[in-house]
Parts: sequence; C-alpha cells; structure tokens
Amino acid sequence: MAQIELSTIRKSFDGTDVLKGIDFRIEDGEFISLVGPSGCGKSTLLRIIAGLEPQNSGQVRIDGRPVDGIRPSARNLAMVFQSYALYPHLSTFDNIAVPLRMRRLSAIERLPLLGPLLPGRRAKEHGIRADIAAIAEQLDIAPLLRRKPGQLSGGQRQRVAVGRAMVREPLAFLFDEPLSNLDAKLRVHMRAELAELHRRLKTTFVYVTHDQAEAMTMSSRIAVMMGGELIQVGTPAEIYNDPGDIRVAEFIGSPKINILPGRVWKDGGIDVLGSALRLACGATAGECRVGVRPERIDLGAGPFSGNVVHLENLGAEAFVHLAIEGAGLRLIARLADVRHLPAMGSHLAFGFASDAVQVFDSIGKRIPLKVEQAERVREPAHV
Amino acid sequence: MSDGAMTIDAAAVPARAARRTLPAHGSRRTYSAYALVAPAAALMLVMLLGPLAGVIALSFTDYQLGAPHFSWIGLANYQDLFADKVFWIALRNTLTYVVVVVPGAVIAGLAIALLIQSGTSLRSLYRTIYFLPVMATLIAMAVVWEFMLHPQFGLVNGLLRGAGLPAFAWLQDRSTALYALCAIGIWQAVGFNMVLFLAGLVSIPKQLYEAAEIDGASSGWARFRLVTWPMLGPVTTFVVVVSGIRSFQVFDTVHVLTKGGPSKSTEVLIHTMYTEGFEFFRSGYAAAITVVFLVFVLALTLIKSRLADRGVHYT
Amino acid sequence: MSNTHSVSLQAVLRHLLLIAGAAIMLAPFIWMISTASKPQTEVFSSELHLIPYRFALWDNLREAFAKANLLRFLLNGVIVTISIFVLQVMVALPAAYALAKLRFRGRDTLFALVLFGILIPPQATAIPVFLLLHKVGLLDSYAALVLPFTISAFGIFLMRQFFKTVPDDLVDAARMDGISEFGIVWRVMLPAAIPAVTAFGIFSVVAHWNDYFWPLIVLNSEQLRTPPLAVAHFRNNEAGTSYGPLMAAAMVIIAPLVIAFLFAQRRFIEGITLTGIK
Ligand SMILES: Nc1ncnc2c1ncn2[C@@H]1O[C@H](COP(=O)(O)OP(=O)(O)OP(=O)(O)O)[C@@H](O)[C@H]1O
Ligand SMILES: [Mg+2]
Repeated sequence: MAQIELSTIRKSFDGTDVLKGIDFRIEDGEFISLVGPSGCGKSTLLRIIAGLEPQNSGQVRIDGRPVDGIRPSARNLAMVFQSYALYPHLSTFDNIAVPLRMRRLSAIERLPLLGPLLPGRRAKEHGIRADIAAIAEQLDIAPLLRRKPGQLSGGQRQRVAVGRAMVREPLAFLFDEPLSNLDAKLRVHMRAELAELHRRLKTTFVYVTHDQAEAMTMSSRIAVMMGGELIQVGTPAEIYNDPGDIRVAEFIGSPKINILPGRVWKDGGIDVLGSALRLACGATAGECRVGVRPERIDLGAGPFSGNVVHLENLGAEAFVHLAIEGAGLRLIARLADVRHLPAMGSHLAFGFASDAVQVFDSIGKRIPLKVEQAERVREPAHV
Repeated sequence: MSDGAMTIDAAAVPARAARRTLPAHGSRRTYSAYALVAPAAALMLVMLLGPLAGVIALSFTDYQLGAPHFSWIGLANYQDLFADKVFWIALRNTLTYVVVVVPGAVIAGLAIALLIQSGTSLRSLYRTIYFLPVMATLIAMAVVWEFMLHPQFGLVNGLLRGAGLPAFAWLQDRSTALYALCAIGIWQAVGFNMVLFLAGLVSIPKQLYEAAEIDGASSGWARFRLVTWPMLGPVTTFVVVVSGIRSFQVFDTVHVLTKGGPSKSTEVLIHTMYTEGFEFFRSGYAAAITVVFLVFVLALTLIKSRLADRGVHYT
Repeated sequence: MSNTHSVSLQAVLRHLLLIAGAAIMLAPFIWMISTASKPQTEVFSSELHLIPYRFALWDNLREAFAKANLLRFLLNGVIVTISIFVLQVMVALPAAYALAKLRFRGRDTLFALVLFGILIPPQATAIPVFLLLHKVGLLDSYAALVLPFTISAFGIFLMRQFFKTVPDDLVDAARMDGISEFGIVWRVMLPAAIPAVTAFGIFSVVAHWNDYFWPLIVLNSEQLRTPPLAVAHFRNNEAGTSYGPLMAAAMVIIAPLVIAFLFAQRRFIEGITLTGIK
C-alpha cells in the first residue's frame, strides 16, 4: 500500500524530451491507468517509478520518502511486463519463487550446490513453498507449477507473471500493457480478473495501456498522457463526459467523438454547422470545434440533416454513418434500437441536446458553457 | 495472359486428360531434379563418402603408397597402434591440448563478450581487435609467435626478464612446448568464441534483466546467475563442443613450430597421422590413426548436433 | 543519477580490462610489424624496443620478395580460393535448389547424406583422396588443390536452408514465364540468395586461403605453393638468420584477408561464424 508522488519529472533520450515535467500523485490503494497514444512516454514514466530508468530531473516519492538513487529491487514495487518476462529456464514454481528467494535467502544460501545444505535453508524453503501455494490457489495456477513458461498459454503466462508480482506483497503494482499480447476475448476476461484482484488486494495499481476501453473499465482514475505531458487526470466518467482538451475527447470513447466546425460570436453565442446553439460562453469570438458523442445524437428530428452512407449493426446497438451535405463532413450516431434501422442512402434529420455538447477553442482547450436564457433572438438549434 | 489460358485449359480438359498430362509434367521436373543433383551427388561419392569408406577399409590393410601389392591384415594395424608408445603419447598430448584450450578459449571468450556487452562505448573496436587473430593466417602468425617466444630475442622472455622473472626456452623445452602451443591455440580461438557469445548475449530479452532487477537481483553476479548464464546455456554447450572439435584437429602450429618435438612432447594425433601417411607412406597404418581420430570427432559432432536442435523455447 | 559515480568507475574498469586483453591479442601483430621494420642488428639485440632506431621495413620487404616469389604465391592463393568457391557454388546451388524445391525419389536420402557429409572432418578423407589423385596423376597441380573441395556438403546444406525460405510462388511464377528448372537456379534463386552466397563465400575463401594441411600434402613444386605453405618454407629456410624479412613475408601473407576484414567486418564475422554451425 503506497502513495506515489511525482514532481516535475523530466526525461530526455538523446536530446529529445520524452517527459516534460510530470506532476502527479497516485493515492494509496487506487487503480490508476496511464493512457495515451503510442510513444507518448507512458512506459518511460512507469520505468522511472520502478527505478529502471533514471529521470533527468524531478523527484519520485513513495509514501513521502524520496526514492531517487534507490535500486529497483529496494523500492519494493512489483512490475508486470508486456512480454511477461518470465525466466524461460525456470518452472512456474521457481519463477514465482525468485523474488522470495532473492529476499529471504542470503547470497550464500542461494549458491547452487552448497546452499541447500545450509542449516536455515530448509525452513526458509518451507515458508516459500507455502507462500507460493497460497498464491497459486488464488490465481488458479496450482496445476501449472511444474511447467516451464514455454508450455503455458498466453493467459496462463500472464497469471504467472501476476503471481510473481504478488507473492512478495509489494507496496504497489506496476503494469505495462500486460494484456496487449492476448487475444480479444481473453483480454476482456483478464480485465475482469485484474479488477477483481485489485479489489481483493486493495494495493496501489499503476496500469499503463493505450487501450482506452481497458482504462475505462478497470480504473478508479485515469491519467491521460500526450506528447510527454499529463493533460488530464480524473475518474473515467469525468474523463469521458468532461474532457478538458479536444485530444482527450478524441482519444477516449469508441467510436470516436464527432467533431463539428463551429463559431463563437462576439456576444458569446455559439453556432454549429450554421445553426445557433442555445448556449453561450465567455470566450472571445472566433472559430471553435464542437464535440458530440455518438450516443448523444438524436436521429429523426432536429435542425441538421445528412445522408446515411454506412450502417454498422452490432446486434445490441447500431452505428449510423451520416454524410452532411455541403460541409464535406461525416459523423457517427449510435442507435440503441436496432429494429428500426434507417435505409441506406436515406435522408435523415438529426439534432442533439445542448448539454450533450462539448466546445473546444481553436487550440483545443475546452470552453466552459452556460445554458442560454429563452430571450435569445436567434433561432434555437433544437427543442 | 498465360494465366487466363491456364484456367480455360483446366476447365475444358476433362479429368482423364489432366491425369495424363500431370505425371508427364512431374516426370520432366523429376528428370531435371536428377540432372541438378547429379554433379553434387557424384562428387560427394568420390570426394567424401567413398574416401570415408576407403579410410576405414584401408585401416584393415597393409597398403603402402607405391607398393605393388597389399593384403588384408584384419586388426593388425590397430594392434600395432595400441602397442605403439608414440600413439599413446600423441593421444595424451591431443587430449591435454583439448583440455587446456577448450576451457581457456571458452572462458576467455565469454568474459570478453560480457565485458564488451556491459558497456556501450567502443564495442565494435574491441570486437574487431579480438576477432583479428581468427582472420589472420594461422601459419603466418605461428611463425610470428615462434619469434615472440624466441629464448633470447623474443618479446615474451624480454618482458619476463624486464620484470625480473626467469626466462624459458618455450618451444624447445619439453615441459613447456605443449603449453606454448596451447596458448597460441587459445589466442587464436578466443575471438571466434567471443563472437558466438556476443550473438547469444544480444538475443537475451532486456526485460528479463529488468524483471530480475525488480525481483531483487541487485548485484551483477545475481543477475548473471539468474538470467545470463541459464539463457546462454545452449550457446555455451555449442561453443564448448565446437572448440573441442577444432582443438582435436590441431596440426598447423605443431607441424611448423615443433614437428612434434622436443622428444615427442608435442606429438598430436593428426601430426602422427601425417608423418605415418605422408612421410613414411604407411597408408594403412595412418588410416587406422585416422579412424581413431574420427571416432573422437564424430562423437563430439553428434553431441553438438543433438544440442543444436535443442534451444531455449520461449515466446 | 546518484550512481553516476559507480557507473563511471565500472566503465573505467571495463576499458582497463578490455585494453589489457586487446594488448595481448594485438601483441603478435605489433611484434610482427615491429620486427619487420627493424634491421638485422636490432632484431638480434636482447634489449626490448618496439620502435626501430633505423626504419628498415622497405629493405626487409624487398629482401622477402627477392628470396621468395611472394607475388606468385599470393596469386596462387587467389587462383585456388576463387576456383574452389566458384566450383562449390556451381555444384551446390543446383543441388540445393532441387533439395529445397523439387520432389524426386531419393531426395531425403540425399539430404541425409549431405547432413552426414558435414560431419566428416577434412583430415579424415585425406589419405584416400591423396591416393586417388596419385592414381589419376593429378598430384602437385592446381587440380589437386581445388578438386577435393569442389563439393561442400555444408554449402549445399546452407543454400538449401536458404532456398526453403524463398516462397514457392516465386518459383511457380518463373515456371509460368517459361524458365527451365536450370534457368530458375541461376536467374531466380541465385539473385535471391546473394546474402547467403556472400556469407558462404567469405567462409570458403578464408578457410582455403588459410589452409595448410592439404597443400602441404599434395604439393611439391615451388611455383604452386599457396601463401601458408610459402611462409612455412620461408621460415624453414630462413629462421634463425633473417627474422626481419620473415616477418615482412608473414605480413604480406596475412594482409589481404586482414585488410578485407577491416573493410567489411560485419560480413566477415557473419561468414566466419558459419564455421560454428558446420
Ligand atoms: N531507451 C530509449 N532510448 C531512446 N529513446 C527511447 C528509449 N525509450 C523510449 N524512447 C523514446 O521515448 C518515447 C516514449 O517511449 P515510451 O516507451 O515511454 O512510449 P509509450 O507511451 O510506452 O508507447 P507504447 O504505447 O508504444 O508503448 C518514444 O518516442 C521512444 O522512442
Ligand atoms: Mg510502452
């Protein structure tokens, strides 16, 4: 159980800045996901926390204690790697035993031939065996203990890697895209298992992924990274509904949020696709971008219209792709009721509620909105 | 175009005709296959397999080059051989050479590879330097070594004298000559082993070291024991066997520098075989020595090919 | 960050050890060049010095070339190694193609024989091959140096493994274009196999340039000597008297390969390590 604090962490590789001053506090016992596009520096940040990579400046504190210069093994963190990094020559049992043996046995006791003969060794081995049995029980890998990693499936290896991390009861778990080598179905399954494990252990989990679905479903908080900076930290709901930046809005959510061109007037009114919204803001006049999530688009009525160019029926829901004439724009709307699909090529009206709208200024920052009063002269966008 | 023609043909021609054309096609290709392998097969028979059978057959005869007749004498050559003191000396010297050179060249090769890989600077420069002896014609370098080991004007004794240590007549002294040859053998083989070890080291996933680091293997030695050594296992056995085979074949340095002397102290199997077969032209007897040599080398080779199939299985 | 100190200490130690080792590895080369550059009087002085007081490399080289026909021997080396390599490829490539891509009776047996052929050390077949060459009267000729090595079981194996990775579609496409099986070997497979052929070429050339055992056995005439044989004879005639020219001759003999190696290290290391697989 640990609180991890990062203050202005900077890191550069061969002159290119990979991390540009990360300030961030991970609370005790929380499950936090670091998400972001490939190459944004997530793994680097995780490795700095683990101590595998030194930062150029800034400080990492675990439970208030600075750990810079402390070896990875002494930080008492566990890490699960993308490739699992199991020792291929050791059995599952021995793989899980490594961290225990490294900690509990002295260097002399670990010697190949002499070690096992030493007096205290037997008792210690006994304790190790008991601990591993308990872990194997929890993770359901007891039948696999004799096998080598090469004889395990991807999901089983994954569990062994988690077991090796769990066995010594670390202060926090660090995961670097642990599910990305699994097939889609197993990934969903392991997602649930890991979330369940976190609930049981109540230990801090730091989880790196570039899969936003993983982050949304598992974590208590999400930290979105882009280009070496943390751009937003919040609960999954906050990140989804209240993104502070257009890049966050676009990264989170599948299918992607619809972005429509808009304009802010001098009086604070906002137009989208030429129609005014019943909204206002305090921003300066100029171009803006308006985001609407696919599930917030109401098909059938409204001030806008488009042609159905593509339909994706997933059974439980459907996505309607609309091309908007004149604007050269496409957007996606979610249809909950798949029994009444529009015909391909048909012309559909649509609109959206004013609270469904997220407005971003020309550099992508979120513009705070206030809902307009009824005495607006301009025509309302939608009922 | 031809594609289209093919499909039309295939569609139009009834199955019977297709059956008729296919074997014809196949057999034309079979003929060319035989034509393609014929030179290789013939040469292999004449230059490899035939001579191999020949050397075994020859070892049961008393054939001497230039003699008009020969007769089958059964195991007499082997009996002579096993009764010959020189053969036993040669075998013992060969084994001594192998037992000294293999560990020396393997351990030094591994140590150098580890040292080179433990940093990033000047890697390729060091690799080039250590590999240089592998490239240089051994005979030429043996001649250089001979002068380096010259009792009076050589570099080695010069340095020893400079350090106030006793000097030796390395190649002329029966107690040191074989070990001097071993040193040359190690010097020449180290770079080769180093390159094989470097390739092995590069292929160890970096994440294993990081996992080891996190699991508490904080010293370099602990990481070597936990990751490097086991992961290099297959490479190491391979290098040991290859070095063994090459050491068994030692001949060049012996022939140029000592001719097996002084007083047979550097006599080795292939050198005995050479002297008997190509200086005294006792072909049958030399063939028997070859067979003994072959038994040792094939045993090692078989171990190697067994091991080569087995690697670390990891995905 | 805080352990930069220990890191740099480790780096220094690494360089110290590696430089010490490198000094041992390079000592013979340095000694060779040093001795080759010294006049007779300095060679035979018990006092150690690497840099000659009087630079006599050119004199020693001139003497070496005068005492032995080094150019001729180098030329012999080139003729022999190139002939061996070219013939090896001409024999091995078609066979490798047939073993990799064609189906015929006896293919598996032939391949097994190839694998077995790899295991046979060259010393083992020396006596019968020598007797054979003696019978057909080819001893003491270029043919004697080249013929026994025209078959390389290892070369066949290596090329066959490489051809296995060439997609069948490529071969079929060539057949559709009307290229004969023989044509496929040279016009389709050889260009695809250039990297493997290069590696094998380096392996073969280095092995035969440096070979001493076989030329020693089959050669008598001075004008056919290969470089290693030439150094050995030079040494037998001159050792004890003129070390300067001897070292100069050794330098000349190792120069071609060493220089080629320095220019294309990666390829050479790749090629030579094939010996390990053999
Ligand atoms: N050891 C290194 N040397 C040089 N550059 C590096 C190194 N490690 C990472 N980088 C660079 O730093 C940047 C961030 O890398 P990082 O591995 O942290 O990305 P990531 O967010 O984990 O991406 P992914 O989702 O693809 O794993 C990348 O541009 C990468 O090329
Ligand atoms: Mg990463």
